Amino acid sequence: MTAGTGLTGRVIEPGAAGVAAETGSMPTYLGMPAFPEAAKAAVADSQLRRNLTHATTAIRTKRAKAVAELDDWEELRQAAKAIKDHTLANLDTYLLQLEENVTKAGGHVHWARDAAEANAIVARLVKEAGADSAVKVKSMATQETGLNEALAADGIRAIETDLAELIVQLGEDRPSHILVPAIHKNRAEIGDLFRRTMPGAPPDLPDDPQRLAAAARSHLRNEFLNAKVGISGANFAIAGTGSLVVVESEGNGRMCLTLPDTLISVVGVEKVLPSWQDLEVFLALLPRSSTAERMNPYTTIWTGVTPGDGPNNFHLVLLDNGRTATLADQTGRQALRCIRCSACLNVCPVYERTGGHAYGSPYPGPIGAILSPQLRGITSAIDASLPFASSLCGACYEVCPVAINIPEVLVELRARAAENPNHRIERTVFHLSAYVLSSPRRLAAAQRAASVGRHFIGRSGRIRRLPPPLSAWTDTRDAPAPPPESFRAWWSRTRGSAE
Amino acid sequence: MSTARDEILDRIRAATGTATAGRAATPAQVDAAYAALPRTYRRAHHDPASTDIVALLAERAADYRAVVERVPATDLPAAVARALAGVPTFLVPDGLPPQWLADSDRIVRDDPPLSARELDAVAGVITGCAVAIAETGTIILDHGPGQGRRALTLVPDFHLVVVRAEQVAADLPDALARLDPARPHTLISGPSATSDIELIRVEGVHGPRNLHILISG
Repeated sequence: MTAGTGLTGRVIEPGAAGVAAETGSMPTYLGMPAFPEAAKAAVADSQLRRNLTHATTAIRTKRAKAVAELDDWEELRQAAKAIKDHTLANLDTYLLQLEENVTKAGGHVHWARDAAEANAIVARLVKEAGADSAVKVKSMATQETGLNEALAADGIRAIETDLAELIVQLGEDRPSHILVPAIHKNRAEIGDLFRRTMPGAPPDLPDDPQRLAAAARSHLRNEFLNAKVGISGANFAIAGTGSLVVVESEGNGRMCLTLPDTLISVVGVEKVLPSWQDLEVFLALLPRSSTAERMNPYTTIWTGVTPGDGPNNFHLVLLDNGRTATLADQTGRQALRCIRCSACLNVCPVYERTGGHAYGSPYPGPIGAILSPQLRGITSAIDASLPFASSLCGACYEVCPVAINIPEVLVELRARAAENPNHRIERTVFHLSAYVLSSPRRLAAAQRAASVGRHFIGRSGRIRRLPPPLSAWTDTRDAPAPPPESFRAWWSRTRGSAE
Repeated sequence: MSTARDEILDRIRAATGTATAGRAATPAQVDAAYAALPRTYRRAHHDPASTDIVALLAERAADYRAVVERVPATDLPAAVARALAGVPTFLVPDGLPPQWLADSDRIVRDDPPLSARELDAVAGVITGCAVAIAETGTIILDHGPGQGRRALTLVPDFHLVVVRAEQVAADLPDALARLDPARPHTLISGPSATSDIELIRVEGVHGPRNLHILISG
């Protein structure tokens, strides 16, 4: 199907036998225990915690600096909040406007009530394009719908092209952070993975981030050059012009959005913004909140199709999947303002200790704790426990560029979870406190163990190999030897009590 | 049978009923409510009357590890020749001012349009731009004359971009207002980079690994 052939741009999908679930569906990862049980395993993994602390500490400092450069940050934040609230209150008007303008510019608009419907539309479009594979830009919406698995079941290979998503895909792993899905892995673990699993990776590929990125570049180049279909999400969709915006760093987004003949973008209905001018607010807020940069390296903006430049076929799939159910909740609807920057993850003391996997959803951290139970409905043990995965310290609200009052929504969701007699809330809370908030003690234990392990240190003064379970230490090539005594132990010895 | 579209729109109307603050009844009221939204943020973080915004652009683009040079307009052809000296072949899009390229026999034209694979065999590309943003060190292409279709500035590994001083906007609001939303756009802030390993920014993934900016005038 080609653009501009007089199609209405709207494809009518067969209904799901009359009744559609109000809430959406997304993968509650198979066999996922409630948050406290999952957190217990994560907190006990010292390498994981070390990787997380390293990354989140660095980004917190950088973000604070990037934000401090703009003396009107709070005004930008309030404008963003007001624009989003206004758009959500009048979402039907703006979605219809978006549909009209995308169609006018030669694109096709599809509507999907839930994940299954969205996945079926995408699979059909890929087949109609005569392809059995598609290159993908990192997209939270398609993670949420489990698109890759659905396509695989239909014989279509989805190729993740974002470096972190590639790391996750090669490792048959799960993403653990919105922005940096492989944040739980350090450079040495990634180097190991590439040497083992990446076709054509040199056996002596060093664990240097620059060289690892270069390996990903050459690995994916052929996929980009051969791709017939690209699949993306979008950060923003402009109702007034029909423009879609994708914000990225590596250029894999530009490749997927530009080189294939067919582009399919799966976009949550809450991503719409009224006008082009609104980008002046959101492009100021998102990069500084997300990667702590004044601007991310690449942003692509396109409106329908442009003859002679980029894809000849553009399909926009508008996804509900629980968003309208969330919109119905007067307190909880503010979660729909989220622009997926992940600043709340990076400041959260609970996230820093447990990592993203424990949240059992593509949306981890504080925003995940309020988004997942609302999108999916509080029907599982994991979703009933997520509102308790917080100490309500409020750091997430403070850094949120669209001023989502996450603690307020958490409290509201706790009340709702408690109404459900099937979920033993006291037990949940008890486990949380025991395993997550006691982590300084666990950290102390890990540090003592590390000091004891000093006799494994090689002549170079660096650790070569430790027996399990301390072998986790030696997975990283540049782990310095621990000091004979940790600060915590020293404090305890010289000042009485460490805790 | 209701369609997915009708059903989603119905769900939205049910969810945002009369109890929702800011819910407008007519399209005109929606427009009026939008126009009344608070926008108390700055239109620019730098006043071009007191700040050399061209120098600011140069400084901020260099922060991303782009190579940045300011050159008088008369020296531009020589600066272009110097910047392209080590580049074996480079694309020249239609509409690029011919005087920028006083001397070069390594030029590749996108005419007839090259395949992605053919573009991959070309080392570099030289373009102009539509607008630049001093505050963020950003170059914006609208892929009009002298800039080429999007693939030209994506597949080759070296991108030389010429910015004329009058194309420099102080900040985002002014820059966006100068653009035509109907066109495709690429915002470029430094060479291709990633923060995906340990949240440390390293340059050089899929887009051009080398970005050279000449600011003329």
